[in-house]
Amino acid sequence: MRRFLSLGLLCLMLLGTAVSAQAQSSSSTPDDQAALALLTALDVDSYRDKGEAITAILQSDDERARDWLQALLDGRLQRTDDGRFVLVLDNRGRDWPVADALTNEPLGEMSRRDLDRIGINNALRNQLRSAIAVVDLYSPNVERRRTSADRLLGEVDGELAETLEPVIADAEDEYVRTRLAQAVAIYRAEQGEMAGVEALTGSLHPRARVALGRAANSDDPVVAEAAATALAGIEQQLKINRGLETLYFGLSLGSVLVLAAIGLAITFGVMGVINMAHGELMMLGAYTTWMMQQLLPGQPGLALILSIPAGFMVAALVGIAIERGVIQFLKGRPLETLLATFGISLILQQLVRTVISPLNRTVVTPEWMSGSLVINDALSLTLNRMFVLGFALVVFAALMLIMRRTRLGLEVRAVTQNRAMARSMGIRATRVDIMTFALGSGVAGLAGVALSQLTNVGPNLGQNYIIDSFMVVVFGGVGNLWGTLVAGLSLGVINQVLEPWAGAVLAKIIVLVFIILFIQKRPRGLFPQKGRAAEG
Amino acid sequence: MMTQATSSQFWLTRPFGERATQTFLGVLFAALLLVTVLHLAVPQGHPLHVNAYTVNLFGKYLSYALLAVAVDLVWGYLGILSLGHGAFFAIGGYAMGMYLMRQIGDRGTYGHPVLPDFMVFLNWDSLPWYWHGFDMAWFAFAMVLLAPGLLALVFGFLAFRSRVTGVYLSIITQALTFALMLAFFRNEMGFGGNNGLTDFRELLGFNLRSDATRLGLFIATGVALALGYILCRAIVTSKLGRVCVATRDAEARTRFIGYRVERFQLFVFVVSAMLAGLAGALYVPQVGIINPSEFSPLFSIEIVLWVALGGRATLYGAVIGAILVNYAKTIFTGIMPDAWLFALGALFVLVTVLLPKGVAGLLGHLKRRKEDDHPPKEAAA
Amino acid sequence: MSLLQSLKARDRVFDFMATEASPVDVRHGPILYMEDVTVSFDGFKAINNLNLTIDDGELRCIIGPNGAGKTTMMDIITGKTRPTEGSVWFGSRHNLLQMNEPEIASLGIGRKFQKPTVFEALSVFDNLELAMAADKRIFPTLTARMTSEISDRIDDVLETIGLTALRFQPAGILSHGQKQWLEIGMLLMQRPRLLLVDEPVAGMTEQEMERTAELLTGLAGKQSVVVVEHDMGFVRSIARKVTVLHQGSVLAEGSMDQVSNDPKVVEVYLGSDEEESA
Repeated sequence: MRRFLSLGLLCLMLLGTAVSAQAQSSSSTPDDQAALALLTALDVDSYRDKGEAITAILQSDDERARDWLQALLDGRLQRTDDGRFVLVLDNRGRDWPVADALTNEPLGEMSRRDLDRIGINNALRNQLRSAIAVVDLYSPNVERRRTSADRLLGEVDGELAETLEPVIADAEDEYVRTRLAQAVAIYRAEQGEMAGVEALTGSLHPRARVALGRAANSDDPVVAEAAATALAGIEQQLKINRGLETLYFGLSLGSVLVLAAIGLAITFGVMGVINMAHGELMMLGAYTTWMMQQLLPGQPGLALILSIPAGFMVAALVGIAIERGVIQFLKGRPLETLLATFGISLILQQLVRTVISPLNRTVVTPEWMSGSLVINDALSLTLNRMFVLGFALVVFAALMLIMRRTRLGLEVRAVTQNRAMARSMGIRATRVDIMTFALGSGVAGLAGVALSQLTNVGPNLGQNYIIDSFMVVVFGGVGNLWGTLVAGLSLGVINQVLEPWAGAVLAKIIVLVFIILFIQKRPRGLFPQKGRAAEG
Repeated sequence: MMTQATSSQFWLTRPFGERATQTFLGVLFAALLLVTVLHLAVPQGHPLHVNAYTVNLFGKYLSYALLAVAVDLVWGYLGILSLGHGAFFAIGGYAMGMYLMRQIGDRGTYGHPVLPDFMVFLNWDSLPWYWHGFDMAWFAFAMVLLAPGLLALVFGFLAFRSRVTGVYLSIITQALTFALMLAFFRNEMGFGGNNGLTDFRELLGFNLRSDATRLGLFIATGVALALGYILCRAIVTSKLGRVCVATRDAEARTRFIGYRVERFQLFVFVVSAMLAGLAGALYVPQVGIINPSEFSPLFSIEIVLWVALGGRATLYGAVIGAILVNYAKTIFTGIMPDAWLFALGALFVLVTVLLPKGVAGLLGHLKRRKEDDHPPKEAAA
Repeated sequence: MSLLQSLKARDRVFDFMATEASPVDVRHGPILYMEDVTVSFDGFKAINNLNLTIDDGELRCIIGPNGAGKTTMMDIITGKTRPTEGSVWFGSRHNLLQMNEPEIASLGIGRKFQKPTVFEALSVFDNLELAMAADKRIFPTLTARMTSEISDRIDDVLETIGLTALRFQPAGILSHGQKQWLEIGMLLMQRPRLLLVDEPVAGMTEQEMERTAELLTGLAGKQSVVVVEHDMGFVRSIARKVTVLHQGSVLAEGSMDQVSNDPKVVEVYLGSDEEESA
């Protein structure tokens, strides 16, 4: 109740005295007639009169007011030839579905020729936006109140500022309160008022910066200086936020690299096998996700979760097939293995092109993974990247556990360090090879599932990552999972740091050249295996 | 594979004494002569007539064959699997392309007297410094060898000094050509970006679109292949060639008997890069375009397949492999383009698993079988 | 000091060029001199404060249980492993710690590995030709021609190691013992001043072993030879002076009899050595 009272008060202040007559009429006649009168008042030539009619609607307390104003703003409030007012529901095409503006009853489709739009100009448009925002400030829905407060930033003029100030104090929601205070402060700062400048200090919103920029040119030297100081402080803040954003993007890219490389690190580290088809195993993981979503339409989230084990299994099985079918015959010939697996990668790519499609497929991002986490006006972190980062860390931790705590891990480490010795101690090296290869391939599948949330899924998906993943493995030091993690994340960050001033392509070139040079300096990578085993 | 001990001959003429080289050169020159005769002397429309398009195609195969010989020199004899030889090929090609661009002069679409069309299009007002000199044929032809050679020298120096070999070297050579591809795709590099260099008109005053020039280029490529083959053969039959084989099989041991392995690797790597550059320079005027796709890692690794299919460490095997694969590619992409990548992929697997010595190994095997079937008379007696 | 070093450096360049006659300076005593050498791998001391002196023309056997540091010691001398501390001199003029493997090899130190490594794709003759002391830079190697002098020398060595009949066969087809001899032959082609021989008779038959003993004793005097061997019978048959390594340092040194009666040595070898001396 209090809210409606405030609204009435607010409208009164907004309008001054101009509309008292209509206000009276609205209270003394039945609803629909009053409403019709309000709308008819809009249907005049003079924009000035239209402005007054808008104010009247605002003040009317009519529940339909917001719809009318919104429709008017969008150009969807129209008059039929026979003098009725309708809301156009969809103004694409030739015939438009419409509804009665008063009763909201659908009236079927009408030809655009039978309708007459109620025109507005820019001044009215601004008035309408503010008016809608003000109406929304009293919406029972807190989200709507917040959105409207956001919308008012930079839209406040003298009168509105006056009227908003008491509302600020009344606002229940903390967010709405700060936003409205900011909106008013922006107006004040633009007017060169000290209070506004002070209130805006530390605000990261772009409109606040514009306002402070204007205040910095103020005639009053005190205000100008204060504004300049505030601006400098904000710039500093923004720089930090930009840095954090770069770091986030870098870590995100890095997590993708880690996911792509870590399976490779296992197969390369343990078996000394270069699997050029590793990228295609990732691609298969990504397609598994797509397939799952096709099988479970309407449930992208469930499909994605099921894709994690499914992607792992598909890639692992293909990996085992590759190991048994080709690699086992090329023992001790790493260069030939490289060529043969490259051939497999070509076949897998072409297979997907032929069987599914050469075109990219889109994998749906489930509701709970889309959107972003807003830290402040200058920094928001996209959720899907955050999930992938978390996923990469979980996969890494799981692999660490497998390597450190399980029998397989022990055997794998034994075979890595000394194959002949491990075999003589009764470890079945062939079985270890198969298991390792399956594990490494399965992890590639997981990487593909994660990648499907960040990029389009297409036959070339794997190709784009293979060289990068090799660079990560070599940079980190072969056979060292920690090395892969550090190398992947740092290469991701380096790439993102370079990008703003070098451009994406040049940044990539610089990173590649850096690694090529780094390998010359430290042929065994960041974290080389030490001791006698590494000597041979 | 058996090697002959160093003979007392001069190293460059040594290959001429070999049966295999004589056969190779004989077959090559016979083929050149045959194609020339069938092209010139047999009238058009006759089933045996070889048209200009086919001559051009054969010329392309021969330049690929020279490239394959260069790769076999480092992979077959030195054990260095370079997955970046396409880069040297492309750089040689670009050097030639730059010369051909400058030859266009003011006949380009925009009619600028000096600047190539793409530079006018990008609103550049002067030539970048590295484009100077390419209007002179001798300079451009020198660059065809020197530019890839210099890149190989710097890259190889760094890599071999740090004893980066085996799969590590393969990976970083691949990264090298990938980085170069990305770089050449950029317009700012001044090599025509995506589109590369094209619309060439003449080479040393000969119109590139005339049939006579195409035949000339075909023959020139054949001669270059012969010379490149002889040079490589001379290297591998010298004592240095055996140091290479020794390095390939037991690098540490070679070092212990006093050879500076990294210098030998560098020397052969640079020679090979220069030959690849020469192959690229002969390729470009025949196909009429050079663009960054020649730097793609796929192309470089395909070259290795030619060598593997033909048979490593034979040199003539590389030639056979290059021609076979590219002929198959021409046929396949003509009748069923989708199947080509399947065929190529399968070839990679089959050659490495089932035919490790390639076609050359198969030929050798058949030859031995034949000798076994017909034992010499005195043995039977 | 820096002047002295630069003089040394110049020496090296000169030495490297003149490969035929080894320039090692033995006027002031031993040909090999190792002092206080220590190597550690991740804290494990493979060599611990080792002192060893080999005289010119001496035949020295080095024995010791597994992990005593014998192979690591050879790695240090040939430049494959760098010690953490200590100094290694070849003659009185060459600091081996400042040189790389090919430089050390050209200086006249030859090494035979524990596992025979010959170039299997090359013929026996080629193996010897490559090992021959010659100008081993690139262009001289590229333009090298076979002369009758060279082929005579190779024939001599083929005779010595008994592989004349197999001269044009690829080294890959040789038996284990033949590979060992070929490797010794390759060392001989280098005309080394110091030969390091790691387990020359491992896996050999009795006759092969005898032949190898003859070969090695025949070499001593002209060259200094250091033999690392496990087989006590073989060591006894060739040794004049024996050094026992244990846990990276010298445990005992002297004639075979002196050493095998040394209680410290007996303790290290436990029963196995008593059987030998019985």
